[in-house]
Amino acid sequence: MALRDISKYLRLDKFPHIWCPGCGNGIVMQSVLRGIDKLGLDQNKVAVISGIGCSSRAAGYLDFNTLHTTHGRALTFATGIKMAKPELTVIVLTGDGDCSAIGGNHLIHAARRNIDLNVVVFNNSIYGMTGGQFSPTTPLNDIAATAPFGNLDPPFDLCELTKAAGATYIARSTTYHATQISNFVIKAIQNKGFSFLDIITQCPVYYGRMNKIKDAVDMLKEQRDNARNIKQWSILSDEEKQGKFVIGELHNQPRPEYTESYQSLIERHIEKRQPSPKSEERETKSREE
Amino acid sequence: MPTLAKTGNEAMAEAMRQINPDVVAAYPITPATEVVMIFSQFVADGLVDTEYVAAESEHSAMSACVGAASAGCRVMTGTSSQGLQLMSEILPIVSALRQPIVLCEVNRALSGPINIHCDHSDTMAVRDFGWIQIFSENAQEAYDSVLQAVLIAEDEKVRLPAMVTTDGFIISHCMEKIETMEDDAAKKYIGEHKVKNSILNLEKPITLGSLDLQDYYFEHKMPVVEAMKQAKDVIVKVGKEFGQKFGREYGLLEEYKLADAEFAVVALGSTCGTTKAVVDELRNNGLKAGLLKVRVFRPFPGEEIAQALSKVKAAVILDRSDTYCNQGGQLYTEIRSAMYEAAKKPLLANYIYGLGGREISLEGIRQIYKQLQECQSSGQVIHFGVRE
Ligand SMILES: Cc1ncc(C[n+]2csc(CCOP(=O)(O)OP(=O)(O)O)c2C)c(N)n1
Ligand code: SF4
Ligand SMILES: [Mg+2]
Repeated sequence: MALRDISKYLRLDKFPHIWCPGCGNGIVMQSVLRGIDKLGLDQNKVAVISGIGCSSRAAGYLDFNTLHTTHGRALTFATGIKMAKPELTVIVLTGDGDCSAIGGNHLIHAARRNIDLNVVVFNNSIYGMTGGQFSPTTPLNDIAATAPFGNLDPPFDLCELTKAAGATYIARSTTYHATQISNFVIKAIQNKGFSFLDIITQCPVYYGRMNKIKDAVDMLKEQRDNARNIKQWSILSDEEKQGKFVIGELHNQPRPEYTESYQSLIERHIEKRQPSPKSEERETKSREE
Repeated sequence: MPTLAKTGNEAMAEAMRQINPDVVAAYPITPATEVVMIFSQFVADGLVDTEYVAAESEHSAMSACVGAASAGCRVMTGTSSQGLQLMSEILPIVSALRQPIVLCEVNRALSGPINIHCDHSDTMAVRDFGWIQIFSENAQEAYDSVLQAVLIAEDEKVRLPAMVTTDGFIISHCMEKIETMEDDAAKKYIGEHKVKNSILNLEKPITLGSLDLQDYYFEHKMPVVEAMKQAKDVIVKVGKEFGQKFGREYGLLEEYKLADAEFAVVALGSTCGTTKAVVDELRNNGLKAGLLKVRVFRPFPGEEIAQALSKVKAAVILDRSDTYCNQGGQLYTEIRSAMYEAAKKPLLANYIYGLGGREISLEGIRQIYKQLQECQSSGQVIHFGVRE
């Protein structure tokens, strides 16, 4: 089946893009667009927010309402937009460094609020843009520009992290499993709450080269070989899980969404101008005086 | 003395290698990443004894630097632009704690719009945090100034943090011929780090960073005021001694064909090199052109600048940053204020140029000198090189 033409979602005048040959960022970006396309969303009702990094450049290439913000702060801008305009579909495109190192604090708090943001992490386990320094998702013992003898810091499992923090829809996939990504994008957007997609992607230029993986194709093959879908994963022993990772829909547990709770708070207290119990008390007191 | 081909970033990293600081804590950012990256390779290769901390943001990096300096370590780091901004919360704490941390800063425009190229808005944004600020014209000066900065910052009379800046890409990524010291000579020049206080010294316990309200906060700011005054003489002394030892003398300012000049440009950083070439050309054509290079921006050499400009007819102050206060750029507003008491003052104009890396060419500087000759009154602020 021929793929649908998605060029209407692209700002083609911004091309050529900055990504290196073999980089997985284009696959992730395309998959996000295919998800949006299947949902038939109005381009003017979608906001795409990114931070800073190779991955965050994606926002510049997309023809929606876009914001390319500062390093680590994409979620704060996105939160503001969603609060002001809850009717928009807000998509956050971010890197592993952007959302879990310099911006890690915002990630847990956005998840905690269960605000209806759709976060897509281009997780290449490295700071691509600045030359391959380790990030909070660099696997243990892997080589990075700042870890020439191997990374000493155990990586974050971003899905477990956001689950514990309160995200309501969580899935993981890889650029090898590109068609799966679009389905998760659809489910994420449909989830009324904080949705988090951890997309494992390849940076052949820094991560691949430093870890002696021959090229981008080999990196994709590694994703294929090491990914286990959630059903298989559940029956693996701890030993069998070594060096492997789980992909699929990992968490789907709705709970009240933040902008809706906010709206109902406004309706309960502000619009009806019902004085809060405390101010009522104060008023009676002052009348008595 | 070895003569090497080095970019500005390599030159700064080389100086760091020879300084061999106890701790470097950093976070990568273009165009300064290379400084700490090259240095971290020295750490990995065992060429230095440094403890390298790869922090998860610049805020954490500078905080780790403060911790290390509190323990009595010699500490260095490097950053640019947004990174320096993210350090902002910690920067005034460093000077208040009188910690002689040395920072290699590569000048880059501040967001927004996002831009990775050179202007001075990042360094200027932190000018009032009690840090010494030294600008470099080229890679050689960057190398020399990083070494001197350690001596200046650690001087008993000063004990203030110092940042040495280069211009992003123009200096940081361009290769030049530089002279470096032999390792032994550098080691001898830098000397041992004299630990004044250490929170780890249980024999002499100290308190750092305690709450300080209306009672003593003001008094505790005064040593920084005093140290900044002292810093001026120390910078001159260190620069002079450097000249005696290694043949390249430094001061607060550098006068280039200024003694008999009628028309002067005053500038910071790499643009001074471009201006020198134009001055030579104009001199050949019979115009008495000169340059005043401001090497040290903090402490501000106000009296020295007023003195140096006292004989020129007209001067243009070049600012690669704007204050957005309707009074002109940082260098201009401060020079103008320094001229208030001067008995003889030239006509002064302010040209704000080169924001976000907009190129300043020989032709641009020629035009500035040309317009300067037509200058009739002081106080003009012109944004030079902006398209209509
Ligand atoms: C405050 C601040 N510090 C540092 C930088 C430099 N910087 C830009 S992108 C980046 C890391 C990006 O890593 P990641 O988010 O994983 O994105 P990738 O490039 O790998 O896609 C850094 C450190 C910056 N822009 N702002
Ligand atoms: S550096 Fe890595 S992440 Fe960045 S564009 Fe190149 S391949 Fe992609
Ligand atoms: Mg990354």
